Amino acid sequence: MSIVVDEGTKLAVSGLTGREGSFHGLRNKAYGTDLVAGVTPGKGGQDVEGTPVFDTIAEAVTEAGANTSMIFVPARFAAAAIDEAIDSGVETVIAITEGIPVLDMLNTYWKAKEAGVRLIGPNCPGVLSPGKANVGIIPAQFFDPGPIGVVSKSGTLTYQIGNELKQAGTGNSSIVGIGGDPIVGSDFIDILELYEADPETELIVMVGEIGGDAEERAAEFIASEVSKPVVAYIAGFTAPPGKQMGHAGAIISGSSGTAQAKKDALEAKGVRVGESPTETAAIAAEMLRSL
Amino acid sequence: MDLLEYQGKQLFAKHGIAVPSGEVAKTVDDAVAAAEKIGYPCAIKAQVLIGGRGKAGGIKIARNAEEAREHAGAILGMDIVGPHGEGPFRVDQVWVEGGSDIAEEYYASVILDRGEKKLLTMVSAKGGMDIEAVAAEDPEALVKRHVDPTREFTAADARSIVADAGLAEDALDEAAEVLVKLAEVAREEDATLIEVNPLIATAGREVVALDSKVTIDGNALFRHQDLAEIADTVDDPQEQMAKEKGLTYVKLDGNVGILANGAGLCMSTLDVVAQAGGAPANFLDAGGGSKAEAIVNALEVIKSDAKVSAILFNIFGGITRCDEIANGIVTASQQIDLGMPLVVRLDGTNSEEGLRILAEANLPNLHQEKTMLDAARRVVELAGSVA
Ligand SMILES: Nc1ncnc2c1ncn2[C@@H]1O[C@H](COP(=O)(O)OP(=O)(O)OP(=O)(O)O)[C@@H](O)[C@H]1O
Ligand SMILES: [Mg+2]
Repeated sequence: MSIVVDEGTKLAVSGLTGREGSFHGLRNKAYGTDLVAGVTPGKGGQDVEGTPVFDTIAEAVTEAGANTSMIFVPARFAAAAIDEAIDSGVETVIAITEGIPVLDMLNTYWKAKEAGVRLIGPNCPGVLSPGKANVGIIPAQFFDPGPIGVVSKSGTLTYQIGNELKQAGTGNSSIVGIGGDPIVGSDFIDILELYEADPETELIVMVGEIGGDAEERAAEFIASEVSKPVVAYIAGFTAPPGKQMGHAGAIISGSSGTAQAKKDALEAKGVRVGESPTETAAIAAEMLRSL
Repeated sequence: MDLLEYQGKQLFAKHGIAVPSGEVAKTVDDAVAAAEKIGYPCAIKAQVLIGGRGKAGGIKIARNAEEAREHAGAILGMDIVGPHGEGPFRVDQVWVEGGSDIAEEYYASVILDRGEKKLLTMVSAKGGMDIEAVAAEDPEALVKRHVDPTREFTAADARSIVADAGLAEDALDEAAEVLVKLAEVAREEDATLIEVNPLIATAGREVVALDSKVTIDGNALFRHQDLAEIADTVDDPQEQMAKEKGLTYVKLDGNVGILANGAGLCMSTLDVVAQAGGAPANFLDAGGGSKAEAIVNALEVIKSDAKVSAILFNIFGGITRCDEIANGIVTASQQIDLGMPLVVRLDGTNSEEGLRILAEANLPNLHQEKTMLDAARRVVELAGSVA
């Protein structure tokens, strides 16, 4: 098994007719993901290299059997596109778009919760289940199938760690980018819960960064709900307070949201925290060997 | 994006919240002229993006022109360090506003609670002082309540909060109205933090916002023309230059310039450089591109910081291949004279090919490494100690 996306994923890409959307949507298809539809209002009836395009996500569900929606829509229209996906009948929405106003996401978050739809992102690289499906922009070549579940706020940092895990001869059940925005549809704990229930996942690597308290909440959750070993990495020890470090959510407010506080919270619950991406991958590989 | 006190107050006024009227001044003479117009007593307040101005001597009451001149002279040009060591921030403008006849000082705020995914309102009758200290010493004095995301935040909701916080009976209705309007500012202006400390009740029983701290979501500026203009004014020369070039750059105070692809990897690079004993000069996310032009732009911003003595370019090639990036670096170094060592760490897709291209180009001042840790050690060594 794996989580969020797999062989059963039937993908509809909102924005498939755009430059980025078509580039990544077609890459996902080339990887083996079952790309069933593109969605662009006003372009229904066209196709993108053989994939039919519909005007609405609901049509992609009824006409093409889509069960997963990927949002590749420009920021100012993206929240509306996610809302549309939530109403369309898909089970999972993966929003790649960066730059969505956070108060729009606040409404969208509750809408998804109420509808029981799993929302991943926004501002995330997507989800890859090696050997099964890739939905998003994760370069799949760094990841082989294996027993390690990865969940991360950052894209490149995940590729870095994934590559080191691969060199250490291991691989991944899934890689989930939850996104670097202040409000994301799924937090660490939502994904940890899925990995805990996934029989293929034996160990979890969690990659956090400054801002908010998702890592602290994850520490509590791990202590009470997760039996599998978790190794963590936190970025941003040198970040000054009050400065946004690239991601909209990566900001220390006053004295809260620091990397040290997150590391302390995790270590207090017995989670090992690597000093660098390299050390984190090494700890994970070593722990896996001793399981 | 954070607003200065007076900018926040202008936003409050736009939404019908009472604030003292005043003027901005950048020179002592202008401050005195503003004070003369406003009348005495008046408050002369340093406009910097940091809290704790009062304690630092950045807020003074003037009773006459002479005092106005004295205070404005002392405040303009002073350096203010924040309560968590932020800054220093040089004061280059003051806000001169009418003095209020304060009967009580309260605290009110509306912030985005990221963990709970709701707006959180907080009110206290113990305003005017450091609210984190109030919350630590007397948690009951700070009433916290989330706004239900599924329905409107009403005057009745607000009234129960201000009443529970123990504000004066005859100030409750007006304070509740202010709280409703603060929530409206959050929603309509895309503010993720609004703090009023103090919110006062005057002797005449008017409720007035005497201070403001407002953070606007930078991702929402496209729908706020007035606020977008404020965002365009950046003080720091490197940050200004980066903004013009469309780069995500944060200035730090070390001597090791940093460039990496991806925000997370870039933060991690700063940390690893610090672990190697170095002091990062900046955060700069180069993004996913490999174009020589983008690399030149980024290097120009980093290099324009006089403190920088060596640069680390940390790349993990994903979809963008290392050979493309290496070609970009080679072209870039023909277009820009760095005059300092550049350490390049290339890993990921086609890294062997990328390293070969760099080696063959045989660029002076260019050092290549395969791992992040080696690259960090190398650049720290080359940068030397901070001048
Ligand atoms: N217009 C005014 N009239 C009378 N007193 C004022 C006025 N403005 C400020 N004060 C007094 O000065 C105190 C500090 O002002 P203010 O809250 O604006 O700054 P601060 O809180 O010290 O700064 P910061 O917001 O940077 O922490 C107030 O609590 C109030 O007692
Ligand atoms: Mg104050």
